[in-house]
Amino acid sequence: MTTLKYQTVIIGGGVAGMAAATELHKSGSKVVLIEGNKKLGGQVNNWYKVFPNFRPASEIVNSLSTNLLKDKIPVLLETSITHIESNSGNYILKSNQGQVIEAETVLLATGFNTFDPSGKEEYGYGIYPNVLTSVELEQRLKTNTNGISPKRIALVHCVGSRDEKVNRLHCSKVCCVSAVKQAIELKEFYPNAEIICLYMDLRMYDNGFEELYRDAQLQHNIKFIRGRLSECALNIEKDLVLKIQDTLAGLPMKLTVDQLILMVGKEAHQLPQFDESIIIEKASHGFIKPADSHLNPNTTSQPGIFCCGTTSGPKTIQETISDARSASLAVCDYLNKK
Amino acid sequence: MSKFGFKLTPSGTINYDQGDFRLAEFIDQHEPSSRLCISCGACSATCTGGAFAKLEMHKIHLFIKRGMSDNVKTQIQNCMYCGKCQLVCPRGVNNRNVIRLILTHFKI
Repeated sequence: MTTLKYQTVIIGGGVAGMAAATELHKSGSKVVLIEGNKKLGGQVNNWYKVFPNFRPASEIVNSLSTNLLKDKIPVLLETSITHIESNSGNYILKSNQGQVIEAETVLLATGFNTFDPSGKEEYGYGIYPNVLTSVELEQRLKTNTNGISPKRIALVHCVGSRDEKVNRLHCSKVCCVSAVKQAIELKEFYPNAEIICLYMDLRMYDNGFEELYRDAQLQHNIKFIRGRLSECALNIEKDLVLKIQDTLAGLPMKLTVDQLILMVGKEAHQLPQFDESIIIEKASHGFIKPADSHLNPNTTSQPGIFCCGTTSGPKTIQETISDARSASLAVCDYLNKK
Repeated sequence: MSKFGFKLTPSGTINYDQGDFRLAEFIDQHEPSSRLCISCGACSATCTGGAFAKLEMHKIHLFIKRGMSDNVKTQIQNCMYCGKCQLVCPRGVNNRNVIRLILTHFKI
């Protein structure tokens, strides 16, 4: 079998992998992009519109993939890397399609998975049909198939984030503003329905987020209740009855809703299988731990293996693309010094 | 017959489905800036009346939105109409008009 030779192999064809591939190609590196699915785009394909400006998510994916096509950057779809081993300073990668690839550097852009809330039974996911995740809501908004006429919908923040009970201590960063965005979309879809966000904290940290929050309050009349959902049950009319603590009023609260949206958090995607000699350090939240989070955010504990995007922790699309471009500089620097 | 001193205590839960939202709707309609309150408490901290009696403007906003009008009626009578709650509000809520509307609603 012939061995394919590249300078850099990028694993993961989401926005991070695509952005990094284009940058590396521009700087003259011979690069290949590997994606496990049938098409490029990764998790962003699951989104309908993105915060804070309601831009169609497909626009971002299309723009990045058009660049790849224009530059004729090789892409291997439906290909997963099953094993990586080191070989005199280079890396040998084996794929599920039987290919063997030799590369000087590997850039991990494997991204994230969303938290599966069926383990948190008290929220009723997988038990009551009107409890769904934020990702499922995106699909329904995209295809216009939510199919209910609700009087009241609640969105629960921090599901699978900041929760010791499910061993997820980290903040997933994007769910706060995602919830505000989805609340506005739901209100535009159902103008007569009451849309409520149940939050612990609202972390509107980036440009345009706080403005979106104000808009949600003033223009769209989204209601915000500070409290954590403790339990969701059905009443005799088959409505969802929520029990929460209204921490601002300092009282327990009971309310009925027609639909419950769980803002699921991000968790690390599984990495390819590495040979024993390769050590990739991970942080406590399961994502890759960069060599230096301030100065070398894309360098891992293994020389020649780099990370970008949500592989090293939750990020927005904007942060992911910036991080991918920064990673391509780190890779180039390594190749030049080699 | 012996008296044991048992009595019924009212529920301490906010029943959002059965709240009295007439005041909430009235204020929302005439002063939409009230939607912007985030319960930071700046108004209550600076309150002239609140220094002497039970009056927390951020709680009043909250009680209105939770349909708990009785609590609003009791507290608002301690207001001295100085307007400092409006001066300090970081969200730009027109508190003076909210208070005026509460007084109008309750015909105080």
